[in-house]
Amino acid sequence: MSAALANSAQITNRYLRAFLRQPYYIIGTLIQPVIWLLLFGQLFKSVADIPGFTAASYITFLTPGVVVMSAMLSAGWSGTSYVVDMERGVMDRFLVTPVRRGALISGELVYQAGMVLLQSLIILGLGYLVGARFPGGWVSVILLLVATVLLGAAFASLSNALALILRKQESLIALNVSLTLPLTFLSSAFLPVNLMPEWMQTVAHFNPVNWAVEVGRQTLAESVDWQFVAVRLAGLLALTLVCAWLSIRAFRAYQRSV
Amino acid sequence: MTIHPARAPGAIATISRPAVEATGLVKTYPGNVQALKGVSFSVESGAVFALLGPNGAGKSTIVKILTTLSRPNSGRASIAGHDVVREPDRVRRLIGVVGQKSAVDLEATTGENLRLQGQLYGLSGGELRRRVSRLLERFNLAEARKRIARTLSGGMQRKLDVAMGLIHQPQVLFLDEPTTGLDPEARADMWREIARLAREDGLTVLLTTHYLEEADHLAQRVAIIDHGQIVVEGTPDGLKAELRGDAIQVELAGATSDASIRAALGGLDGSLREVVIEGRSLRARVDSGASALPSVLAALDAASIRVSTATVARPSLDDVYLRHTGRAYAEAENKEKIR
Repeated sequence: MSAALANSAQITNRYLRAFLRQPYYIIGTLIQPVIWLLLFGQLFKSVADIPGFTAASYITFLTPGVVVMSAMLSAGWSGTSYVVDMERGVMDRFLVTPVRRGALISGELVYQAGMVLLQSLIILGLGYLVGARFPGGWVSVILLLVATVLLGAAFASLSNALALILRKQESLIALNVSLTLPLTFLSSAFLPVNLMPEWMQTVAHFNPVNWAVEVGRQTLAESVDWQFVAVRLAGLLALTLVCAWLSIRAFRAYQRSV
Repeated sequence: MTIHPARAPGAIATISRPAVEATGLVKTYPGNVQALKGVSFSVESGAVFALLGPNGAGKSTIVKILTTLSRPNSGRASIAGHDVVREPDRVRRLIGVVGQKSAVDLEATTGENLRLQGQLYGLSGGELRRRVSRLLERFNLAEARKRIARTLSGGMQRKLDVAMGLIHQPQVLFLDEPTTGLDPEARADMWREIARLAREDGLTVLLTTHYLEEADHLAQRVAIIDHGQIVVEGTPDGLKAELRGDAIQVELAGATSDASIRAALGGLDGSLREVVIEGRSLRARVDSGASALPSVLAALDAASIRVSTATVARPSLDDVYLRHTGRAYAEAENKEKIR
């Protein structure tokens, strides 16, 4: 067990080091959500004037949505490092060592979760600077972070599974974009659900991205609706476990195909 | 030139148990591609053993099975007596593997690459630091310790690959085409290093290559593999001796038909073996090149076939390879036609 934990930490450390060495990557990952926040904050500002919009201001409403969307978008890239490692032979080099196989997966996932957390905190901070407020308090912010990290871990696992199956950077990126963007717009990230067409409301109801956004919107409420939150967090946890299981299956399939 | 490394003193005790043993390995990939059709060989402890063959012959598949990456469909393999399928973790601690492509993490420094590799084997603290430093010194990478691997030359990356394969002090080192893509200088450098590993460290080395001179230069034993089968195995000298005789090669000055060349040489029947005519070049095997060449030249001259150059060569591993794989190719083609 301790060997597995040590291996996992070593793998996390490897990704973290590579991240810190790439200034443009850092700027891209951290600045991009800032652009979303400011751009959409301006573009959809008049949404707040529509009857039926209940939040105090659009930026207050938008900030949790951008937190969730950014987590999903950046986690979707997770598999690209697997593709590079497979192409470079690094994966096979690891596999001929006695490294715990699970650590290769968990180490990367911990790194992704850390990135999602860091990115989320930056967005929340910037949102606050431009006027977003979180009347739900610390508890609601922590719930937002938990939901976001779960969703990020789910999409990172899914991306890893696709990477291990497709083994092509182009295919992975194309699939990633065609999955994450529609899911974002089929959620209440930018618009309250009650302003959506009816069929979209139905889709949003089953959209895990929307679950995370809705948990995040507890930051707007004076008090946390625990039952509402519990159902959605349970759904997100289930999704994360299913995706993690998929990535383990894909990893085994890769090992068999070598 | 063939190097015969002196065996390390410690290796004598374990000589009864082969360092590597493969028996009847069969590997079929999806789509019914038979990569291996029953491969058996063994490598004695402390020896350098070369698997020689063209690309796609099955060399890398053998290495993948022996290094626990891949499982055979049938057959068995063991490292120092430990089965690669049933005791993979045990085997992994006994072997070092340097893959066909450089598997250096390009975003990490030379030192970080080595450290992580050691950590994956459970090394840590002062012991890990000492081993990293020692290997950096040994492979002349000490000054490149803090350089990002992306900025290293191909030869340096390859040395880092080998250094990583040695961090846990394995007993058997697998080198899958260690010099493919290296310039001649870096290749000579790598050859010296490989010879030294066997000579000074008593390491068993299994290398795959499609360079004949590499196998000839480094290995005590060579197995030639083609179409997933070992076609011949032996010492480089033994394989060459089997060929009996010299190779003569004659380049003709003008285009001449096969038939007229064969007719001209008709009188020499018996003394020429394995006559091959390809365009303007004529190759044959003779017992003694020095005595046969004048009569070949005279016969061609008598038939008014003009010659531009003529050479005599002692048999090389090249000839062994051509002869054995040539026959295998012909057989494979025949089978294809019958089907």
